[in-house]
Amino acid sequence: MTTLTGTGKLVRLILRRDRLLMLWIPFVALVPISYVASINEIYPTAAARQQYADASMNSAGFVALYGRPFGSGLGELVAWRAGFLPLIVGLFSLLTVIRHTRTEEEAGRRELLGATVVGRHSGLAAALTVASGANLVLALLMGAALAGQGLPVAGSLALGVGCAAAGWVFAAVGGLTAQLTEGAGGARGIAVVALGAAYVLRIAGDLAGQGEGVLSWLSPISWVLRIHPYGEGSLWVLALAAGLTAVLAVAAVALSARRDVGAGLLPARLGPATAAPGLRTPLSLAWRLHRSLLAGWMAGFAVLGVVLGGLADSIGDLVHDNQMQDILARMGGKGGLIDAYLAGIMGLFGLIAAGYAIQATLRLRSEESALRAEPLLATSVGRLRWAGSHIAFSVLGPVAVLAAAGLAAGLTHGLNTGDVGRQVPRVLAGALVQLPAVWVLAAIAIALSGLLPRLAPAAWVALAACLFFGLVGPVAQLGQGLMDVSPFTHIPKAPGGAVSATPLVWLVLIAAAIAATGLAGLRRRDIPTL
Amino acid sequence: MTEAIRAEGLVKAFGRTRALDGLDLTVRTGEVHGFLGPNGAGKSTTIRVLLGLVRADAGTARLLGGDPWRDATALHRRLAYVPGDVTLWPNLSGGEVIDLLGRLRGGLDKRRRADLLERFDLDPRKKGRAYSKGNRQKVALVAALASDVELLILDEPTSGLDPLMEEAFREVIGEDRGNGRTVLLSSHILAEVEALCDRVTIIREGRTVETGTLAELRHLTRVSIQAELAGPADGLAALPGVHDLQAQDGRVRFDVETGALGAALRHLTDAGVRGLTSQPPTLEELFLRHYDRTGTPGEKHAEVSR
Ligand SMILES: Nc1ncnc2c1ncn2[C@@H]1O[C@H](COP(=O)(O)OP(=O)(O)OP(=O)(O)O)[C@@H](O)[C@H]1O
Ligand SMILES: [Mg+2]
Repeated sequence: MTTLTGTGKLVRLILRRDRLLMLWIPFVALVPISYVASINEIYPTAAARQQYADASMNSAGFVALYGRPFGSGLGELVAWRAGFLPLIVGLFSLLTVIRHTRTEEEAGRRELLGATVVGRHSGLAAALTVASGANLVLALLMGAALAGQGLPVAGSLALGVGCAAAGWVFAAVGGLTAQLTEGAGGARGIAVVALGAAYVLRIAGDLAGQGEGVLSWLSPISWVLRIHPYGEGSLWVLALAAGLTAVLAVAAVALSARRDVGAGLLPARLGPATAAPGLRTPLSLAWRLHRSLLAGWMAGFAVLGVVLGGLADSIGDLVHDNQMQDILARMGGKGGLIDAYLAGIMGLFGLIAAGYAIQATLRLRSEESALRAEPLLATSVGRLRWAGSHIAFSVLGPVAVLAAAGLAAGLTHGLNTGDVGRQVPRVLAGALVQLPAVWVLAAIAIALSGLLPRLAPAAWVALAACLFFGLVGPVAQLGQGLMDVSPFTHIPKAPGGAVSATPLVWLVLIAAAIAATGLAGLRRRDIPTL
Repeated sequence: MTEAIRAEGLVKAFGRTRALDGLDLTVRTGEVHGFLGPNGAGKSTTIRVLLGLVRADAGTARLLGGDPWRDATALHRRLAYVPGDVTLWPNLSGGEVIDLLGRLRGGLDKRRRADLLERFDLDPRKKGRAYSKGNRQKVALVAALASDVELLILDEPTSGLDPLMEEAFREVIGEDRGNGRTVLLSSHILAEVEALCDRVTIIREGRTVETGTLAELRHLTRVSIQAELAGPADGLAALPGVHDLQAQDGRVRFDVETGALGAALRHLTDAGVRGLTSQPPTLEELFLRHYDRTGTPGEKHAEVSR
């Protein structure tokens, strides 16, 4: 079939380009291992697990996040806790496919390849192949990892395949939406909305009742959870997922055959013929370039805030046996436990928000390498003013993003406990107190962009280090000296902990100094540096 | 001030590459100045130095009476720049980009904007990602040409345009010359430079190799002569300035430097001329001589005719 010529070559090209990105596969595949250990440790007996399962069944927050547990066996609980993984896998899969289809096309690279010996559907086929293959690897890895923990092999594989099935469906969704719009952003938007809709339907179906809610059967995310690994093992559900994947993939190919390279099926929207009066400064331009990214992050954080804040009140209910009650009492009772949970969540929000800060800051660099900075800097816009227009988003964007999470979590938790007036400011403060550490990471990205522009993406390495210290450090019992390297180590635990201004002021000063160094470099160097 | 741009001895190295190696460039106020050179000669780098985007390692540059690096923002109000590679913001329409860039310079002439959009046949409502290369180029051109500025710096402005649009561009620049604007035009297209430019600078490997009016530069080139002679033209080959002589059956063909033309013709008349054709030097010839990296000037003499 000539329309598929060169698919193999493209597959290899994608694999080479995505070497590092593919690390999400082992990462996601190994996540459930940690559940085995923690469930074994906290609920060692069958009775404790039964209680845990019952309590979770009746907690709306848990049901919303993970679905309903099918039983109280170790495997069933692990599978239940892994219930949000299909969402993650689906997201990565659709992003991968769009990245290698519409993004390529938008950048004009598809035309370049299209002129060589590459068939008309090869790009789509290669992207789908890679995404499906990646999910297969994920299924096998997850199955092997869980079987390695002593869980039944068949159930472990079923769990892995369930996650992979979500990946297959949404890879095909990505392939389809990539045919619709001219811009990759639009295609991603539609696909993510579809994924979100599937997740919301899943939640609604699960909350609707014990019985099989009709809504659940409308959601592919729900299907794969209904495989019921380590229990019934209803593998026939996979046929639904496979069928949908096939239908979507065929539709994507059909649409791809009907359109021109570079064009989308949905008509490209036209913009205004003249600029609005407000579009006259670098900052107003930066707003146009950053607003959808910022809105996306705020929405994501708000949703996370609602979900995780909604869980807070049920945290205390999960502790039943006496030994745990003792520990709980020492932590300041149920309130103390909830505060510790909320503070932990806020720390996590801080780390993730630093990802936004870095992403926003690196726009500076991508504007430069895409040669869009040059024409601006050849107008009366000075370098610092140009850089400042983007840095405004690295500095104030995290404020908005964290405020969204803090408000959403505080409000949800407040409504659950009937104490909105007290919880909202406490939780919001817990979110905002993360800012100085977030700014330090933004400052690192600024410094790299100014001084070592080619290495600017290394700012992500700094964040990875902070993640490592924050998530693995306490478990691995790294020395305090090492832990102190991460700015997040110095952030007070709030709500619940004592907040002292000293470390916050220091962090802000450090961030300012690092950023200033970077800006000094930016003023002196050649632009563009490619 | 009679010089809009004066650069002397510019040196710029990128790692091992010496992009500029003692480059000189002078552009007089009010002229259209052609800036020619093969790929990688350093045209874009020179322009970036003049815009204060890139800092030269050595040499001096003056732009509109100021220092391009130190006074960048003030000077940029008085000029408009069209880069060689135009990329636009994917989610801004062409019209928005034109207005934004105009506002960030000295301001925009609305009537001229409308007029240029029409002449370049450009739809300003399309989003940046939807424009073809040529149309992106047009967006940048309209933004620059409609700006109220004294100096236009255009880096290969017609590289993506179709012939019709190239013609439109020539017309517009021709009109601009009447308005006293200074234009620095880097280009590969000889017809364009011949049609538009008052003076030309040719660079190669980061150095200026020729500069002057077209008439002056032609002066430096050779004329091709073909003659039918009554007798043998002995000694012609030995004349200074005569190259590539071929003689056969009373016909001779050779190239002669303009300075040696008189002596060569005298030599021919002495032998008795029966027929004579001469071909004037073209810019292409000039160009090829300097573009050809390997040959010494003259060895690859032009077979080009116009
Ligand atoms: N930012 C940079 N980093 C490294 N090398 C560069 C950079 N900019 C230019 N060069 C090199 O400097 C030399 C001159 O490049 P320049 O872009 O000025 O040439 P040009 O005359 O504009 O060529 P063209 O006609 O192809 O546009 C080339 O060898 C180029 O590879
Ligand atoms: Mg160039």
